[in-house]
Amino acid sequence: METKKENKLLLSVRDLTVNYETKDETVHAVNGVSFDLNYGESIGLVGETGAGKTTIARSILRILPTPPAKLVRGEVTFDGHNLYQISEEEMRQIRGGRISMVFQDPMTALNPVKRVGWQIAEGIRYHEGLDQKQADEKAVEMLKLVGISPDRFREYPHQFSGGMKQRVVLAIALACNPDLLIADEPTSALDVTIQAQVLEMIEDLQRHRNTAMIMITHDFGVVAKSCNKVAVVYAGEIIEYGAIEQVFERPMHPYTVGLFGAIPNLTTDVDRLTPIPGAPPDPTDLPGGCKFLPRCPHATEQCKRPVPAYTMADGHQCRCNLYADEAKPVAAAQAAET
Amino acid sequence: MGVLIETRHLKKYFATAKGQLHAVDDVTFTIAEGSTMGVVGESGCGKSTLGRTLIHLLESTDGQILYRGKDVTHLNRRELAKLRHKMQIIFQDPNSSLDPRKTIESTIREPMKLSGRYSKDEINDRVDELMELVGVDRRMRRAYPHELDGGRRQRVGIARALAMSPEFIVCDEPVSALDVSIQAQILNLLQDLQEKRNLTYLFVTHDMSVVRHLADNICVMYLGQVVEICPAKEIFKTPLHPYTKTLLSAIPSTDLKNQPKRIITRGEITSPIDPKPGCRFASRCPYFSPGCELPQQLSEVCPGHFTACCKVRDLNALPAANVTA
Repeated sequence: METKKENKLLLSVRDLTVNYETKDETVHAVNGVSFDLNYGESIGLVGETGAGKTTIARSILRILPTPPAKLVRGEVTFDGHNLYQISEEEMRQIRGGRISMVFQDPMTALNPVKRVGWQIAEGIRYHEGLDQKQADEKAVEMLKLVGISPDRFREYPHQFSGGMKQRVVLAIALACNPDLLIADEPTSALDVTIQAQVLEMIEDLQRHRNTAMIMITHDFGVVAKSCNKVAVVYAGEIIEYGAIEQVFERPMHPYTVGLFGAIPNLTTDVDRLTPIPGAPPDPTDLPGGCKFLPRCPHATEQCKRPVPAYTMADGHQCRCNLYADEAKPVAAAQAAET
Repeated sequence: MGVLIETRHLKKYFATAKGQLHAVDDVTFTIAEGSTMGVVGESGCGKSTLGRTLIHLLESTDGQILYRGKDVTHLNRRELAKLRHKMQIIFQDPNSSLDPRKTIESTIREPMKLSGRYSKDEINDRVDELMELVGVDRRMRRAYPHELDGGRRQRVGIARALAMSPEFIVCDEPVSALDVSIQAQILNLLQDLQEKRNLTYLFVTHDMSVVRHLADNICVMYLGQVVEICPAKEIFKTPLHPYTKTLLSAIPSTDLKNQPKRIITRGEITSPIDPKPGCRFASRCPYFSPGCELPQQLSEVCPGHFTACCKVRDLNALPAANVTA
């Protein structure tokens, strides 16, 4: 049995800034994102379409198409290695081995002309240096682990239902015992009862193998079920960050508050929902200060200048000037310490 | 409130190479005028087919559809054209339900032009009026769908559905392609329109929290059949059918202290092609026992609360039925 490495830092993302640059325009997809993840921890990246969640995930794995994507600034450190300073060959060892990814749509993530067993064994052969027979044996184990009968080892993806395909993808992702699993909307294409099965399975596997996870989703319910930290992403920035109890019990940023008000709830009654007015900003032409400014009910002059991330006494972070005063004593205390 | 639309043993089967696909199988319900009937269920349960069959986008296989008490199941072209003015649909994906080569105004204008009911000036005025009603700026009249964001596009889809002043609208997952902050805007709009125009909705969705918010009654479908139908609030308080309970328990809640205790189901949805006669949920039901292989009848278990499960009284510790009939 491996020793528990629970409180050890696994992944650290610092000031990650990614643009998509074409001849005519520059899309500011990710703007200075920083977060940490320990072994065995799971973080939810929540936000709307185009917020930059998937770009964050893909830049960790270095699988963004460059060009048009361009890493402007920032560092990704995984278990002590700066992922942007190692060679492509070293990166390939990590990709699919120590970090693996589950994509949103299982229909397009699998190769339609290869048998599912072969697809699971492929990564095992490559990363663990096993021969075909040993790799196949391990692939059968993986199929059993995700609740699919080994009889189906030699079937093709089209013979599986959506939920089962996603389980196959999960089997591939977990085959080499990764330290970090990146799940990009893994259940958005699935029905709720199947979603519940898949989430439960991820949770189980994570618990048994102490795998850290980045869960990308737009569904707060999914985050509540499967994460211990949450980062709310808006226009390429993390605008709120904290333990899930902190963010769910006391959402601070006006955008997060707005999101909670806009979702109909299963337990409380409201006559009308409170939508957030307007639409997210154009990523080719972002406001200079707070990105939420044009839609914010509390906007002031001060918000036109860049807003820092304020840290509260309990560690809850929020990029909003409303909390400048609450955060001040903490900032002062931190300054005193150093 | 009178009954606007009623179905009796409505069926829609599709012939496939493997056999008859029972998309909608023996659905009987009524929708009161000015109310919203929510239809929920997982993909492939027949909820969209039900909506489309009701408004004659699909020809029903068997059974009856009544509109204001009049049988409208089989109509000739002229009668159907008249009825269509009263029944409209809002589609799920505004990106594919709007013609990319038509301007906003010509999209909204089209049904009015086709009807021959309005003069050119009237149509012009009505386009303005409709755009204002759904909250799309009039300057966008000459814009094309790609120039609008998803929320505005869906507003245009709604304006088009309202163009003929319908009484009944099938909303087929109208917000599931939209982001949450936009979803709320569209849901509020649909609510306002219902109040202003006394519209009746059939609201098809897989999102239980949306349907809880909007619907007066909810009908839960599983593999083409209605398994439970009752007032909206009741289904969340006292779900009776094992499938409804399973479905509700699977929804991840944002309430950290009240996470649902999930009911584990075996396997996945079985095939809707030539299904066996008994309860269609039987193969996954945790309470499966003899009796479930017989056809299940939708019966009134509590006042206004119908469910199709022969074990429902035992499972929910309800008193036995009064044998009156």
